[in-house]
Amino acid sequence: MGTCRVSVVFWQILVDGFAVSSLYALGAMGFALIFGVSGVLNLSHGALMVVAVVAAWAAGNDLHDDPYTGALIGIGAGFVATMITYFVIVGPLQRTQKIREEEKEIFILTGTLLWGIMIQEFIAYLYTNNAKTVAPIVNGVMSIVGVRTPKNELFTAIVCWLVIGGLWLLVNRTRAGKAVLAASMNPRGVTLLGIELSRIYIAIWAIYGLLVGVAGVLLGMFLGVSSYSVGPLTASAFSIVVLGGLGSVSGALIAAYVVGYLETITAYLISPAYRTIPALLLLIVVMYLRPRGFLGRR
Amino acid sequence: MRLSSTIRILLVGLVVVALASFLPFAVSGYVLGLLTIAYYFGVFAMAWDLLFGFAGEVNFGPTFLIGTGAYTAGILDNLYQPPIWLCVVAGTLAAVAGGVILALPALRVRGPYFGLTTLVAVLMLQNYVVVDASLTGGEIGLTVPDVITISDAKNYELALWFMAFSAAILFSLSRSPVGLILQASGQDAVQAGALGFNVTKHKLFAFIVSALFSGLAGALMVFYLGSASVGTFIDITVGVQIIIAAVLGGRRTILGGVLGAVFIIAMAEALRPIGDLANFVVFTMALVVVLLFPSGFFGLLTRTKEGG
Repeated sequence: MGTCRVSVVFWQILVDGFAVSSLYALGAMGFALIFGVSGVLNLSHGALMVVAVVAAWAAGNDLHDDPYTGALIGIGAGFVATMITYFVIVGPLQRTQKIREEEKEIFILTGTLLWGIMIQEFIAYLYTNNAKTVAPIVNGVMSIVGVRTPKNELFTAIVCWLVIGGLWLLVNRTRAGKAVLAASMNPRGVTLLGIELSRIYIAIWAIYGLLVGVAGVLLGMFLGVSSYSVGPLTASAFSIVVLGGLGSVSGALIAAYVVGYLETITAYLISPAYRTIPALLLLIVVMYLRPRGFLGRR
Repeated sequence: MRLSSTIRILLVGLVVVALASFLPFAVSGYVLGLLTIAYYFGVFAMAWDLLFGFAGEVNFGPTFLIGTGAYTAGILDNLYQPPIWLCVVAGTLAAVAGGVILALPALRVRGPYFGLTTLVAVLMLQNYVVVDASLTGGEIGLTVPDVITISDAKNYELALWFMAFSAAILFSLSRSPVGLILQASGQDAVQAGALGFNVTKHKLFAFIVSALFSGLAGALMVFYLGSASVGTFIDITVGVQIIIAAVLGGRRTILGGVLGAVFIIAMAEALRPIGDLANFVVFTMALVVVLLFPSGFFGLLTRTKEGG
């Protein structure tokens, strides 16, 4: 009987951890893309995801839309919020003459941090701090290798992988994607080839906006969020991207699974209260021993 | 030239502080209480500016140092009730130890990596305080049995002169040769090293000084408030408010931090009638300043003197 229970927990961790990790991977992907191409660390990342969740939730709750319309509204809201972030905050700070070049990074960090907190305060004002869960598109429960799993969990993992796969195709197989890849390697070279850098930035921010929207809506259906989630969501994307190596998208994928499984194992075997601690410890160890992360360049 | 301008600014500061010390005769205890908090916040912001503005370290975790100082002092008082000054000294020393721990990764990793390390340090401290609730009071907070004094005026004067003293030391330090070397190491560590300056030693020094003032201010604030909680000393929002105060006041000016802190506390109070939206408005104003006037209030005042 002992071995039977152990094996159930093992499969449960494997299945649950997979869904959580896929979601983390999708959430961190856009963050890694923006950093890799334009060197911007967007500290309002978590807030943008929360915007998508809250919009989808409000569409279902206040406007009584069906889950599909709600999801679309959520994705749209995440996209719009992301584009505002670029056009109002990041873009002007990148172009301004008032700040010295080497200090811009610090200003973008401060600016996006402020923007994230503004969003958090505004959402708390409109809809209070209560947790919000979006009505899932797929309902019901099924059995995977003997583990009772909500179908929504499987749906989450599948959508995450479809979107990640689509992104991979876009970057590696299309002309526009290759220009983006080239810009991340050598921005000046791309300019010399007659491709406008500013158009590439707008394009990747648009992709980022869609990724944030999709990841946010899935997160809302799977786990739910409150305005308090803004900080932890940004921190988890940030740690995943640093663990994987800043600028490395495949590194971020691996790191998302490491963090997702570490958290799930801790939650199941020790206590949900300690969920985030081992991942934070791992992050500290990696930064001391291998600051460039798993697959970082340099 | 540089020396004379430093002394002139310090003298102006002294006059302002001397005038401010007469405030208890003019305003109510409530306003004094607000200003007391603002002055402690000012010290937090100045200590942060020394690391960020001069040593060039993106420290998202000022509350790691402040919280370590505050909680060490509070827990010690709660357990053994030694004289208050002993608790304050212990808290300050603990914060300095924290500063050394934080400095170790800073000497290895740069920019965003270090920023994340400091963020993680805050989250770890927060986790520890919440988990070890029997010692720290957990999420409810820690109540300390002693306070320095219950007189609003005395608390106000203590905070005011402590802030003035810290400002004088940090400001002189920033204008001294050490400050220049720090600035050089922050902007181009390799070149500063090539010129023969010991970058490691100076950065470590900056961390220790910053931690010293953060911890001291945190410990004193515990004995003013009579309690310590995650929400007042450790939470990331508190750290962000400190950063906003320093950036609003003007980075690399040290004294700007006090202006920023008083401004934030005053705005939050003035906007109280609009309720929950008050914080939103304060953060929006901070963002506008960051976007349009990146050198802050103090930067606008002393633009001609900065020269650089």
